[in-house]
Amino acid sequence: MGNGMIRFFLVLLLFLSSAEYIFSLYEDQVGLMDWHQRYVGKVKHAVFHTQKTGRKRVAVSTEENVVALLDLRHGEIIWRHVLGANDAVDAVDIALGKYVITLSSEGSILRAWSLPDGQMVWGSFLQGSNLSKSLLSLPVNLKANKGNVILVFSKGCLHAVSSIDGEVLWEKDLSAESIEVQQIIRPLGSDMIYAVGFVGSSQFDAYQINAKNGELVKHKSADFPDGFYGDLLLVSSDILVSLDATRTSLVTIDFQKGEIIFKKTHVSDIVDESFGTAVLLPSELSGMFAVRFNTLLVFIKVTIEGKLEVVDKITNAAAVSDALSFSEGQQAFALVEHVDRKILLTMKLVHDWNSDLLKESIAMDLQRGMVQKVFINTYIRTDRSQGFRALIVMEDHSLLLLQQGEIVWSREEGLASVIDVTTSELPVEKKGILVVKVEQSLFEWLKGHVLKLKGTLMLAGPEDIAAIQGMRLKSSEKSKMTRDHNGFWKLLIVLTKAGKLYALHTGDGRVVWSLLLPSLRESGSCKRPTGLSVYQWQVPHHHAMDENPSVLVVGRCRPNWDAPVALSFVDTYTGKELKSMGLIHSCAQVIPLPFTDSTEQRLHLLIDAEKHAHLYPRTSEAIGILQHEFSNIYWYSVEADNGIIRGHVLTSNCIGMVDEYCFTSRELWSIVFPSESEKIIATATRKLNEVVHTQAKAIADQDVMYKYISKNLLFVATSAPKASGEFGMAQPEESCLVVYLIDTVTGRILHRMTHHGSQGPVHAVLSENWVVYHYFNLRAHRYEMSVMEIYDQSWVDNKDVWKLVVGKHNLTSPISLYSRPAVVTKSQSYFFTHSVKAIAVTSTAKGITSKQLLIGTIGDQVLALDKRYLDPRRSLDPTQAEKEEGIIPLTDSLPIIPQSYVTHALNVEGLRGIVTLPAKLESTTLVFAYGVDIFFTRIAPSRTYDSLTEDFSYALLLLTIVALIAAIFVTWIMSERKELQEKWT
Amino acid sequence: MEKGKGVMVGGRRWAVDFTDNSTSPSRDIPDPPGFSRSSQDQDDSTLSRQKKDAESNWKSQKAWEVAQAPFKNLLMMGFMMWMAGSTVHLFSIGITFSALWQPISALQGVGKVFEPYKDSRVDLLGPKLLFIALNLGGLALGVWKLNTLGLLPTHASDWVFSLPPAQEVEHSGGGIPLC
Repeated sequence: MGNGMIRFFLVLLLFLSSAEYIFSLYEDQVGLMDWHQRYVGKVKHAVFHTQKTGRKRVAVSTEENVVALLDLRHGEIIWRHVLGANDAVDAVDIALGKYVITLSSEGSILRAWSLPDGQMVWGSFLQGSNLSKSLLSLPVNLKANKGNVILVFSKGCLHAVSSIDGEVLWEKDLSAESIEVQQIIRPLGSDMIYAVGFVGSSQFDAYQINAKNGELVKHKSADFPDGFYGDLLLVSSDILVSLDATRTSLVTIDFQKGEIIFKKTHVSDIVDESFGTAVLLPSELSGMFAVRFNTLLVFIKVTIEGKLEVVDKITNAAAVSDALSFSEGQQAFALVEHVDRKILLTMKLVHDWNSDLLKESIAMDLQRGMVQKVFINTYIRTDRSQGFRALIVMEDHSLLLLQQGEIVWSREEGLASVIDVTTSELPVEKKGILVVKVEQSLFEWLKGHVLKLKGTLMLAGPEDIAAIQGMRLKSSEKSKMTRDHNGFWKLLIVLTKAGKLYALHTGDGRVVWSLLLPSLRESGSCKRPTGLSVYQWQVPHHHAMDENPSVLVVGRCRPNWDAPVALSFVDTYTGKELKSMGLIHSCAQVIPLPFTDSTEQRLHLLIDAEKHAHLYPRTSEAIGILQHEFSNIYWYSVEADNGIIRGHVLTSNCIGMVDEYCFTSRELWSIVFPSESEKIIATATRKLNEVVHTQAKAIADQDVMYKYISKNLLFVATSAPKASGEFGMAQPEESCLVVYLIDTVTGRILHRMTHHGSQGPVHAVLSENWVVYHYFNLRAHRYEMSVMEIYDQSWVDNKDVWKLVVGKHNLTSPISLYSRPAVVTKSQSYFFTHSVKAIAVTSTAKGITSKQLLIGTIGDQVLALDKRYLDPRRSLDPTQAEKEEGIIPLTDSLPIIPQSYVTHALNVEGLRGIVTLPAKLESTTLVFAYGVDIFFTRIAPSRTYDSLTEDFSYALLLLTIVALIAAIFVTWIMSERKELQEKWT
Repeated sequence: MEKGKGVMVGGRRWAVDFTDNSTSPSRDIPDPPGFSRSSQDQDDSTLSRQKKDAESNWKSQKAWEVAQAPFKNLLMMGFMMWMAGSTVHLFSIGITFSALWQPISALQGVGKVFEPYKDSRVDLLGPKLLFIALNLGGLALGVWKLNTLGLLPTHASDWVFSLPPAQEVEHSGGGIPLC
């Protein structure tokens, strides 16, 4: 019955549900299937705000360009601002006890945020020409007419800014002096400011400036023939420390006396042994400084005479805080060391090294890595003694508050910088576990059901309703660690910038396990490792069921693309690294092949910089499988900078190498775009695991169109080089967007289309036989979205029903792309209101359910848009048959239905990507959106036609059945009785 | 019915049936004198033949009438179908299925319909054939309606709908180099 039956069911469906498919939630359904986690990112700098009364808070700025205020008690975010991608925060401080001051965008924007609520009070744009270090200093007691003065050095200019309204009081341009200012120093209580820095590599300059009006008072300059390396460090109000160019000598600079005095001390003179090159730690410890030699940390004191004295040498030190002054002018700083599996936090007085104010050892999860930063704060304990709390930033970017030898709270800030996501199934449920659980909480279970019954019978009071809602949100079903029937619960395997792998449970978003990958940690051979991507390595089913699934993590030692690759294989059930390989060859591409070996390990080809292909897993079985399909394996590379796309085919084993897993490849074809008019700005391919149910598409009047479904389809968008930058750089006449559909096996251009007067950025998604892309139309001054569908013409002749009935057709036989199937494309464009950050499409288990586009809007929300709105067959006046088919009359712009925001009232701040995963239930797609925040939900693009909805009242159904059975019994008894009575009469 | 049930269930009332049907086959009792069975038969036959002729006439007439009854039904159905239109909705589906069901159930009960008119002298073949033909016509009408509603797999689209997409021989991967 095929189509007929499906139509019939569709009609039934239409009867059951309303005609308009809109994804929407009721208020009490929020949080039932979605979760949202808010983060700030890796903390760069933290400033405490702990007055005697009121909430204890800490203002932080992070690597994700976030400014936030955190509550010190529980660590939750009080307020947060995500600045733009190129608006990195350089410095943060608190002024007047009520403003959080941030300097961002390489020192060009100074903003003040109201401390309690995070509203912006003022913002100033600081002018300047040169690129330079950005320094922010808030001197105490430097008063002007209007409140305190904020000193900012940025872009070669020293600015004094009023902290009340952000007005620039004066500015002193130092850019003409070609000085690289390293420090802005204001000795306590004086009206003078010193700007010190280097000119060239070997000249030290100091400018003395009047803090009241910005006038230059004195300029001193001195040559240091040995040259300087790195930064200047202020040790006391008049002494600076730096390293010489060879990094073997320490240089102290006394600049406040009549002339500048350099004093050079060779490292080996004060430290007995030589440990290699020295690095100055940027911690500001008054009268002291710290130098790191590989693993050794040496504290050196500067005596009044300007002599250097070694105070202590510490081997396992991880981080040192700035000095913090507390009661009676005493100054203390924190030192963190790693001892075994614990971290040792020591608070030391600056002037009295031998006495420790505090020494606490805290057990620390090994997966958090090393301590990278520590910020300290004091408080008065209940017994009036001085207490210290420390905020530490770990290697995995997590943020922890330590107080009294305990971790008060921790935040998994690593999740704010997700690089790649994949998924893993949960273990299959084993019998016998569940029973115990139910028995234990039988009473709870009963109570819950009584409450639910009360709810359905509308007997519940407001407290009961709240309790029911709480129960729904914290249902134990959601956190089960076994596979569920609908396939909703999975593990999201998330790779973060810190090189840490997290497994998140899709039910409630908790971290099931986390692993700081050893191969992605800094080591001697791997200086700046970066994680690249994560792939499903082994997905056991059928015959390899007893194996645990595993993922492949690909990383690289240095950010450049010819750096050696590091591979890790991680078990997704236990979170343990199974094995790792490193430093073998470089890696430009990772190509998962559509073949698996007998243990369900997927074959992967890694293409290195020399265009050799390396096969993984390294087994002879894998080679056997590859050899079988050898001539059919191709790969392509998109060289965006050169404007070339090249196609390659594998040829033979590598010559001159005894590596049987290495293969050479030969260039087959190349597409060269004219560099003066076209620049590649975006590409899109189909997702590898996308399932397409059928190739045929029935259209009105029972005709069939055959979709061109190819896994080897590449969408490329090019734009005029002039228009590939910001808006307003190009006139509509000179900008033009060209889109291509390319077959990556043969290099054949299937379709080419030009959008005149349009420009990027282009966001595109390719699925089944269509591609949807978003770009800017310069002529109309609006964003547009276009859809392009591609159909196969070579099968159109299959019209004989009888042949199809008996199966005599070639529709399912394997095809070669060299047969050059005839294709036809249809396309249409629409206006779209939003600019777009990311675009994705829903994917379901069998590919039957209709699709929705998931659009990450500029407002950091995810909008679900039915694919039906992007259908090139839409026309202004569709015929009756077309209407029946579900074609919507053509409108010039795409509708944005407020209820169809998947993220409802939430924002996924700094949205970067959207990932969709199919659930086992055909109607349902799991959606994971990540940015600074992470968000997960599940959506049903055509409603949950294959299951009862969450709000379906089982109790009512049960009640009805019971009532009906009771009614049957009652009437039966009554009729019996009546009959008997009649017989007696 | 009440009484019969009463007898069966209660067993309080009783009755004796004096009529004995079993006499006719066993003719061990001789006829009374002067009674000639044959003459009575013949005597009766003239009267009863007329009566039987009339009856069989009537029967065959009735049979033809019954055979033609589906025609009216057919017209009625046709009208209903025309009213229902060609779009798929509950009403048209209901009508179509009843249009299919009626002829089928009628065809199943052909024997039963013509049972009352069964007679050795009445030729029921004609009416039966007509009845069957008309019902088949009705069935055809139903099927035609089903087809116009698009519920019959008579198009290529109905057969290719569940076919999986063809496998490709070649495989290619790659993209912009990882950075």
